[in-house]
Amino acid sequence: MSWLENIAQKFPGAVKVLPSPAGENVLEVTRDALLAVCAYLKNEHQPGFNFLMDLGGVDYLTFPQPRPERFELICNLFSWPQKVRLRLRVPVPEHDPVVPSVTSLWAGAGWYEREVWDLFGVRFKGLADHRRILLYDEFKGHPLRKDYPISRRHPLVSNEKMSAPGSNGQARTHRIKTPQPGANAQNMLLNMGPSHPAMHGVIHLLLELDGETVESAEVGIGYLHRAFEKDAEAVTWTQVFPYTDRLNYVSPLINNVGYALAVEKVMGLQITERCQYIRVIMSEVSRITDHLTCIAASAMELGAMTGFLYFIKVRDMLYELVEEITGARLTVSYVRIGGVKADLTPTFADNLRKILKELRIALDELHKLLTRNRIFVDRMQGVGVISKQRAIDFGFTGPMLRSCGVDYDVRKAEPYLVYDRLDFDIPYGTNGDNYDRYLVRMEEVEQSVHILEQCLQQIPGGEINVDHEGRVLPASEMADYGKFGRTKGLLQIEALTDPTLSGGNSRLRDNIFPDNKRAVLPAKEKVYGSIEGLMNHFMLIMEGYGIAPPIGEAYQAVEGANGELGFYVISDGSGKPYRVDVRPPCFALMSGFHEMIKGDAVADIIATFGTVNMIAGELDR
Amino acid sequence: MRNLLGGDNFVTSRVDAAVGWARKFSLFQYPFVTACCGMEYMAVSGPQYDLDRFGAALPRFSPRQADVLFVVGTISQKIAPIMRRVYDQMCEPKWVVAFGVCTCTGGFYDNYSTVQGIDTIVPVDVYIPGCPPRPETVLQGIMLLQEKIQKQKQEY
Ligand code: SF4
Repeated sequence: MSWLENIAQKFPGAVKVLPSPAGENVLEVTRDALLAVCAYLKNEHQPGFNFLMDLGGVDYLTFPQPRPERFELICNLFSWPQKVRLRLRVPVPEHDPVVPSVTSLWAGAGWYEREVWDLFGVRFKGLADHRRILLYDEFKGHPLRKDYPISRRHPLVSNEKMSAPGSNGQARTHRIKTPQPGANAQNMLLNMGPSHPAMHGVIHLLLELDGETVESAEVGIGYLHRAFEKDAEAVTWTQVFPYTDRLNYVSPLINNVGYALAVEKVMGLQITERCQYIRVIMSEVSRITDHLTCIAASAMELGAMTGFLYFIKVRDMLYELVEEITGARLTVSYVRIGGVKADLTPTFADNLRKILKELRIALDELHKLLTRNRIFVDRMQGVGVISKQRAIDFGFTGPMLRSCGVDYDVRKAEPYLVYDRLDFDIPYGTNGDNYDRYLVRMEEVEQSVHILEQCLQQIPGGEINVDHEGRVLPASEMADYGKFGRTKGLLQIEALTDPTLSGGNSRLRDNIFPDNKRAVLPAKEKVYGSIEGLMNHFMLIMEGYGIAPPIGEAYQAVEGANGELGFYVISDGSGKPYRVDVRPPCFALMSGFHEMIKGDAVADIIATFGTVNMIAGELDR
Repeated sequence: MRNLLGGDNFVTSRVDAAVGWARKFSLFQYPFVTACCGMEYMAVSGPQYDLDRFGAALPRFSPRQADVLFVVGTISQKIAPIMRRVYDQMCEPKWVVAFGVCTCTGGFYDNYSTVQGIDTIVPVDVYIPGCPPRPETVLQGIMLLQEKIQKQKQEY
């Protein structure tokens, strides 16, 4: 009997093992038993599920298969260090959408539950703070319900209200907390953000101060809520990629890869080896840009402008490298389901090596400037501390968790792509303070460089077709040939894609796509050069014909630059995703932020906030 | 002052030109940065593109000290009132730059939570399209703003 069935037997009638074609561990739990089952799984079961990675909702109103109830609550659990994942699915009836809160077990659950209430209108019994989190009080309805129209807006300011002269009184900002009567009368309430230079634009902190010391704090989010999850349901599977770019815009490629892997998991699609290497390379480049940005910005906020200038210079070189391959510096949309958009350019390896050399120099310089700089160390060491246990309770991952001494990294724990063939270390700290986080990030950049060097050595080539005369044609010329019907012989010709339109001078892409034709757009040369290619392309692009994973669901985690980035996708067999749920790493981080700044001085908030590396795009989605 | 110099005559238009020239090279911007465009905003102020050449390098984080409001990134319904508030607090003369398509039109976010262009809330002087705009585009936008400032009738 499997361990899943053991659990089911322990709670007869309340727990059911669900089949999972994607090979995951899934249990269906009744809502009455949820709390007991979770307590058992966390405290008594072996292995114990100490991480609540993600908690989300699904509305099955328009799902083609019958479901027990309209709503469902999803809990993705993870057990560290045993590295086991488990998903609980809890049906919730429409007429009485209430579930027990699990905040008593995992402190990090609070924000997730508020989000489910906000977006789905499911209530939680026992949740102390039951306000909306991403939206605002004036908002009516719950937007992720299937019957909520995507563009029904509830504006807080509008032109008419504004056009009256001097009428700025209408511009009402959002209040996150009403001061408690009876709170220590000497304490001062201070608002930081949402527009504050060190709050990166869109975070709202309400601080209760005793002098300079933070007595308590509350974090308000949602100012950059752009409805990623609703938008993803309105477009085709491929069209979601541009939206994933803008989740974590400091490392967009990792987001691309994560989403693609999740969809491929539902489809059971295997990608080619070369493509796997390309994805690893691009992910690591992205991780480096992310860490550089984070360290540069937090150093700058502490007054070390030089660090900012050094690192942004190198980051710009990396952006240009990314542009060479993908066609864009930032919003890349590079990955495709079943592959990537374009192969590496012939000059890529050389360029990358050159940049890595520059990067090493910049790293050395920054180490000299900061690592033993008295001011920097004083402001970082022992500040923003969080204990290992609390970090786990809140579901921290990434450098934040590793700084407390837990060496959990998805790349090692559950290697995806070709990470298991690469040799690298996971740096981790001991104190869980800002300084350790800084050191962890610096070392991770080193490790990423190491990974990149190995990839450049190991990456297998694929055959590259060259025409019988050895010609290489620019893609634009190829298109012209195609339009005029001169397609004879085009198929064998190697094409150079237009650098400005389609990402560098890439080669014929046969070697980076799997043979499986269900999902993969044919190379442009084929589209222009043969009727089969054209039809293939057309069928994949047209909605209702194109990529349609079988009915099913999967959760796929990748190591984002600031923690575990998870995509939970549900397919109803149609050309559009039924649900795309993101587990953004900094959502968990920010839910524990108030504990990290408690007891520190106001000025320390800047340093701590810098090392959290909060990215509003993925925090608010 | 304008009255003192005798209304719209030769002298005032020369003074206008001089004031415009001075103003266009001392742009103190308030970066209202919310989203992805901020990454390119960082690049623009970084060493490679060097905003300082245009006299616009120094950000002011107090609306009272700023002349130009740079709205960088998506404006959601929730943050819209705050942006409007910042705009209202800025002193005249003031200008607004819409940085990126999200601020120009809403970009590819057409849903319940996003504002479809900041010109529905505040008047905009220069639109810089792009998602995100390349640094070169931003520099061009700044030069266009300078041109506009130079040519406009000055208040003083
Ligand atoms: S314009 Fe594009 S890059 Fe800029 S904030 Fe909007 S989505 Fe992001």
